[in-house]
Amino acid sequence: MSAVIESHNHDDHHHGPAKGLTRWLYTTNHKDIGSLYLWFSFAMFLIGGAMALVIRAELFQPGMQIVEPEFYNQMLTLHGLIMVFGAVMPAFVGLANWLVPMMVGAPDMALPRMNNLSFWILPFAFFILLSSLFMEGGAPNFGWTFYAPLSTTYAPPSVTFFIFAVHIMGASSIMGSINVIVTIMNMRAPGMTLMKMPLFVWSWLITAYLLIAVMPVLAGAVTMMLMDIHFGTSFFNAAGGGDPVLFQHIFWFFGHPEVYIMILPAFGIASHIIETFSRKQLFGYASMVWAMASIAILSFVVWAHHMFTVGLPLAAELFFMWATMLIAVPTGVKVFNWVTTMFKGSITYETPMLFAIAFVVLFTIGGFSGLMLAITPADFQYHDTYFVVAHFHYVLVPGSIFSIMAAVYYWIPKWTGNMYDERLGKLHFWLSFVGVNVTFFPQHWIGLAGMPRRIPDYALQFADWNMISSVGAFLFGASQILFLFIVLKTVMGGKKATPEVWEGSRGLEWTVESPAPYHTFTTPPKVS
Amino acid sequence: MFRKATTSVNKTLLSGLITLFSSNMFAAWDDLNMTEGVTAISKEVFDLHMLIFWICVVIGLVVFGIMFYSMFAFTKKKNPSPASFHENTKLELAWTVVPFLILVFMAIPASNTLTKIYDDTEGDINIQVVGYQWKWQYKYLEDDIDFFQNLTTDWDEIYNKTPKGEFYLEEVDEAVVIPVGKKIRFLITANDVIHSWWMPDFAIKQDAIPGFINTAWTIVDEPGTYRGKCTELCGKNHGFMPVVVKVVPQDEYDAWVKEKKEAAFRMAELTEKEWSVSELTERGEGVYLKNCVACHQVNGQGITGIFPKLAGSDIVLNDKARNIEILMEGVQGAAMQSFANQLSEVDMASVITYTRQAWGNADNGDGEIVVPKDIVEYKKPKV
Amino acid sequence: MNEGSKKTIRTLCFAVLGMFTFSFALVPLYNVFCEVTGLNGKIELRATNVKNIEIDNGRDVSVQFVSHNNEEMPWTFKPSEDNIQIKTGKYHTATFYVKNTTNKRMVAQAIPSVAPSNAAAHLKKLECFCFEQQELAPGEDALLPVRLIFDDELPSSINSVVLSYTIFDVTDYNDVEFTQHHNDDHHHDDSHHDGHEMEPSI
Repeated sequence: MSAVIESHNHDDHHHGPAKGLTRWLYTTNHKDIGSLYLWFSFAMFLIGGAMALVIRAELFQPGMQIVEPEFYNQMLTLHGLIMVFGAVMPAFVGLANWLVPMMVGAPDMALPRMNNLSFWILPFAFFILLSSLFMEGGAPNFGWTFYAPLSTTYAPPSVTFFIFAVHIMGASSIMGSINVIVTIMNMRAPGMTLMKMPLFVWSWLITAYLLIAVMPVLAGAVTMMLMDIHFGTSFFNAAGGGDPVLFQHIFWFFGHPEVYIMILPAFGIASHIIETFSRKQLFGYASMVWAMASIAILSFVVWAHHMFTVGLPLAAELFFMWATMLIAVPTGVKVFNWVTTMFKGSITYETPMLFAIAFVVLFTIGGFSGLMLAITPADFQYHDTYFVVAHFHYVLVPGSIFSIMAAVYYWIPKWTGNMYDERLGKLHFWLSFVGVNVTFFPQHWIGLAGMPRRIPDYALQFADWNMISSVGAFLFGASQILFLFIVLKTVMGGKKATPEVWEGSRGLEWTVESPAPYHTFTTPPKVS
Repeated sequence: MFRKATTSVNKTLLSGLITLFSSNMFAAWDDLNMTEGVTAISKEVFDLHMLIFWICVVIGLVVFGIMFYSMFAFTKKKNPSPASFHENTKLELAWTVVPFLILVFMAIPASNTLTKIYDDTEGDINIQVVGYQWKWQYKYLEDDIDFFQNLTTDWDEIYNKTPKGEFYLEEVDEAVVIPVGKKIRFLITANDVIHSWWMPDFAIKQDAIPGFINTAWTIVDEPGTYRGKCTELCGKNHGFMPVVVKVVPQDEYDAWVKEKKEAAFRMAELTEKEWSVSELTERGEGVYLKNCVACHQVNGQGITGIFPKLAGSDIVLNDKARNIEILMEGVQGAAMQSFANQLSEVDMASVITYTRQAWGNADNGDGEIVVPKDIVEYKKPKV
Repeated sequence: MNEGSKKTIRTLCFAVLGMFTFSFALVPLYNVFCEVTGLNGKIELRATNVKNIEIDNGRDVSVQFVSHNNEEMPWTFKPSEDNIQIKTGKYHTATFYVKNTTNKRMVAQAIPSVAPSNAAAHLKKLECFCFEQQELAPGEDALLPVRLIFDDELPSSINSVVLSYTIFDVTDYNDVEFTQHHNDDHHHDDSHHDGHEMEPSI
């Protein structure tokens, strides 16, 4: 695939970035907005991480040492909400903003002003959510999954603000997805058919469709909650003829596709990085596309595997067990394809590759515990224990988060024009790798041994591994300060990067200069 | 339908594999693994767990083995010219079909076990289990036995003022007693929010949903004391409402039933008796420590802005009628629930009397105490 | 912006609205799905209009009645009989005893639930105190009937059913219309049972 290289000229109809701070407020440039999302998500990651450390500090030893149970429940709720809606999702949107237009040879996103709005409502939403900590009755304390009636009849007054914040975040995701889909479907450079698109673009196309489908359902669920709380309806209230289990069906109809929304872009990133650092074309491009599409479609029919203990009929439990197990097939195909890409490649181990390899291994481990969870009778013993906590943290932390870090290391030379410090990058990797495993691997055992989730204190037999897990958490947390330092250092300077940055890199983004000019592909490149 | 699918040869093969894979080869790691439990179902569940686990280990070893091999054998140094293959339809087909078949292999025993668990027929003993914030209530339907199950671990242990006991957070005032070898059916619901009743040793976990009933059943093979937990976030003290089930031989169970019925009868007598202030206060302190301390605190000071203080409270000192009403009805729109169904008349009267006497309240108030007959009187319909 | 883009945007906006509507549609769809697939664990809160389900040689089913007062609501509420033996295809009338033991007028709603869930579709009621809100004056008591029948299609594996009623205090609720016929003298209370707020003092 050859491309016409865009020359860096100050054409009179293109301006560089505006001057001053208001540049960031008014920008409609996808690169600026990408940076805004990424910095926002990093800040949220640190805040959500601090809450995780409050949790792990309390769980360091049996007994209540640091916080009261009511506050602990607020921490676990906000930790989940912030990491899901404030860290992982905005980070992927930031990467989409930076990369999708360049990867398809488009000058910007399809709707640049809506792009700006999509970002700026997010800090507003999270300000509302975080300020609930200071409201009377405290912040939401019912878990990020906010089951009724704990989140309706028994909720603190801040629940209304929580609902408002969720609506705003949802609107941001929906607008972002519309932008991504329209850009990909309508603004690709001539010659770039769908099956020639880079896999990160494919992953975001599929993710965006999932978002369009399910974020409105989340909006519906919280609207029904609002109506039950304030307007006397009984969607989830048995007394009025409603059903708390209906909430769970609606929530997880959103919730399950949501977790695939949080992993599909990671799959795209892994494919790019493994291909580049193996210096070998990705194995099985077409299957990789079909695998992502199958995973996305299957994700709509497995939601009740989060509900195996609510008292579903046997036929329903069997169906959801089988459908959930089935998702392992396309996911396995992807893992095999990554490994086969590396096989007989010519591999070097720069920091992005380290993170990508760790992603494949550790995400697969998370996938294995997911397969175990799918087995319904066994799930009766795992559900709502630390086994589940271990599972989803494996797929989300060394899964999604590692892929985001890999992406940052991989593309930051393109964004800033500077190479990051490779030694520090590797140090960050190893500290994070050790930290993440020390934190979450023992949680499998703790869960199997019988410790429930969402509790601030535990029986004595769980003490040793909880202590170890907490130590790992603090190690992991501290390592992210190093990451912040590395990113800032790179932004401010470093070895100059070439356009292709990495030997073996493929894609349109590597044909423009580093740092990428403010406006790229103002004339579309030709793609063969 | 699954039974038809497995011929006897397959069944033998399957059960042989399951036994092989379920044998816990790392006995020293028992603490880290799921319990095998004490019922036929729990052992099947454990076997399933181990089967899936070992299958995942084998697949992991193969896949990661190839990956790690590649990482070492195909570095740029050792293999400066990478291969150029990037597709192979046969291979892709193979590693789509083979995993699918492995999944089918797993799904068969899993479906079998699940079908057995759903065998929902009448039990020899039927117990209604109700989840409350933050305790469990049990009603034996045949014998009309009814009691609450509260955590008895002292809050001083929880707040690190005294050393923690062996069954820290796993001890209760009244265990659920059931006989060995009989089919026990649990009818599970909730009083307020969603809770979940989990007995790991029986492999039972069912959500307790307000307004709805869920069932679970068990036949326990071995006598013993088994401990479980609430496994659905239900508010502040979700981590502090354990379950304890004591499985005993049939004759011990019969004796227990008899004793509970006699205790109920004695409680009725107690209600009629004439109580002294010190008797009530002493009894009341025990009730207070079990039920009230979490919010109103040992010193009666409450928590400012959240839980009202009782020491020096106007109602406790001067308003006996309102004092009784609050405990019997709860307070609308506040966390104070009604205790009418949880405390016997004797316990209710004694805890109110205790609060009216403790922390210097005895000297500062109207001196009125509450006797069990007052509570009986309160419960009578008013016209 | 090219026409293709505009078209895509329009389609996507419709999709968003469609999915939002779908989430609300899930509420009735939940019930429709349950009925159509027969995976119906929900009991109808309406009198059955199915005729001709009475037969003469039905089989034995034991029915266990269970009651619970939600949130310690202060009425006495218990089944007259805990356990009955009935035959499929024959109506049976069971009663529940209720008493308002407080000194205030109160309104209650009983909500039924059945186990196993696949028995629910075969349980029909001609009359049930759960169809309507029940109002009792202070001290008033009543014997509330439920006239039920199991049709002959009840799966043969089921010979024991648990019918549970949970009684809720709905005195403060706004009207909830979910039955075919409801009381006409509603309590038009405006206060709704909000979340539990913390009170700083007694």
